[in-house]
Amino acid sequence: MTAPPLTVSGLSHSFGKRQALREVSFELNRGDRTMLLGLNGAGKTTLFSLITRLYNHRGGAIRVFGWEIKEKPSKALARLGVVFQLPTLDPDLSVAQNLSYHAALHGLPRREAAVRIKREIERVGLADRMHEKARTLSGGQRRRVEIARALIHQPRMLLLDEPTVGLDIASRQFLLDHVRMLCREEGLAALWATHLIDEVDSEARVIVLHRGRILAEGPVPDVIHRMNAASIREAFDKLTGERSE
Amino acid sequence: MKAVHYYRCMRGIVWREGLRFINQRGRFVAALVRPLVWLVIFAAGFRFVLGVSIIPPYQTYIPYEEYIAPGLIGMIQLFQAMQSTLSMVWDREMGSMRTLLVSPLPRWYLLVSKMVATVAVSVLQAYVFLGIAWFWGIQPPPIGYLTVLPALILSGMMLSALGLFISSAIRQLENFAGVMNFVIFPMFFASSALYPLWTVREANQKLYYICMVNPFTHAVELVRFALYRQFNGEACAIVIGALIVFMALAIMGYDPGRGLIARRVGAE
Repeated sequence: MTAPPLTVSGLSHSFGKRQALREVSFELNRGDRTMLLGLNGAGKTTLFSLITRLYNHRGGAIRVFGWEIKEKPSKALARLGVVFQLPTLDPDLSVAQNLSYHAALHGLPRREAAVRIKREIERVGLADRMHEKARTLSGGQRRRVEIARALIHQPRMLLLDEPTVGLDIASRQFLLDHVRMLCREEGLAALWATHLIDEVDSEARVIVLHRGRILAEGPVPDVIHRMNAASIREAFDKLTGERSE
Repeated sequence: MKAVHYYRCMRGIVWREGLRFINQRGRFVAALVRPLVWLVIFAAGFRFVLGVSIIPPYQTYIPYEEYIAPGLIGMIQLFQAMQSTLSMVWDREMGSMRTLLVSPLPRWYLLVSKMVATVAVSVLQAYVFLGIAWFWGIQPPPIGYLTVLPALILSGMMLSALGLFISSAIRQLENFAGVMNFVIFPMFFASSALYPLWTVREANQKLYYICMVNPFTHAVELVRFALYRQFNGEACAIVIGALIVFMALAIMGYDPGRGLIARRVGAE
């Protein structure tokens, strides 16, 4: 039996005296599209930083397809695709150059990289912008390029840290549909951090993170049912005691 | 990960640094104009003020321009290393460094690759400077252009490693002005780049010792000797030693478990 794409168990992390995460545990399975829902400051970015090993966790464990990120970072990171909260394309390089750079960082040969880049950029509908500088793209187009980039090394798990912040409705919908398709048709597991409750649909799983703790986890309809609520918005408000956006 | 993956990764990082350099033509021009101003204006003005006696590696009296040329090559490498430091801090603040740090290759290797990329650009700049300086009468022996290459690579790596360490320690971009004041200028002026150390010793013994412990002095001397087909073993050993120390500090600085990044307060 293959290991699950992501297993987080007993994860705690603090910055000085400030406890950012407390005993966080959850698991993602193949094809799962999981929305990590939390207000600003809930600990989402800290969790993503630990999963991507920007810095090491001190308590608990993070396993990507069975590989503990601290002990086998290469094995784990090779299987992860990441879309960061902040835009990370080099604006002075063309779209193709940005993607080739990413392919090189994963050790892909040029010819194979070129084939994959073409495929991914076509899937996000930007083939005609391949040789334009990233700075000429709109915010939504840059995000599409970043999703294409995250998939070039063919990861089996995708992490998206608030990818729709600042995007218009059409771009937001495109990203949601694209990731939905990747999970459903290609079996990718996706962890999508957001504070926008509208992005959480009934087909997804949800993890409610609040002040560093997980308050609820499971398929969206189950969480709504458990909270005896009419919608995920109401369930979230009941769980956190705060009004959601 | 096999050796070929490592090779492709380093090639990609060097290629990107080259592209960025080509795209930012203003940076290339500025990098060249700075030492040329020193060579053409400063050195010409001080030519009759500062006498240079016969000191190794020179075998005769030389004009002041010829003396400071290796120092100006060091200046090119120092500024290039600090430019790279600035872009690392910028990338970190803007978030684009994360693209690099989530590569499955070990972090120390990514840093070494970044260093190699910086050195490749600085060596290119140094040769363009030497080419222009030739028309200004700075004409070392032809073979010197070849023998200086390993010295340029070594001194460039040492300065680049220093830059990487500084980039791991700087918390904000605004602190970079401090780097100019407390790293670049003291390193450059308290060295043998502009004046032979015996003149410093005559003027101020303490300053002489500061110059002697400054690794930049030895980088300049390594380049100076190599340009005139001579090997300065002492300078080479000190530059290698400094390279090892700076590199170790940079790797520690970027280490996800121990480094300053790990202690930095989270982005949220």
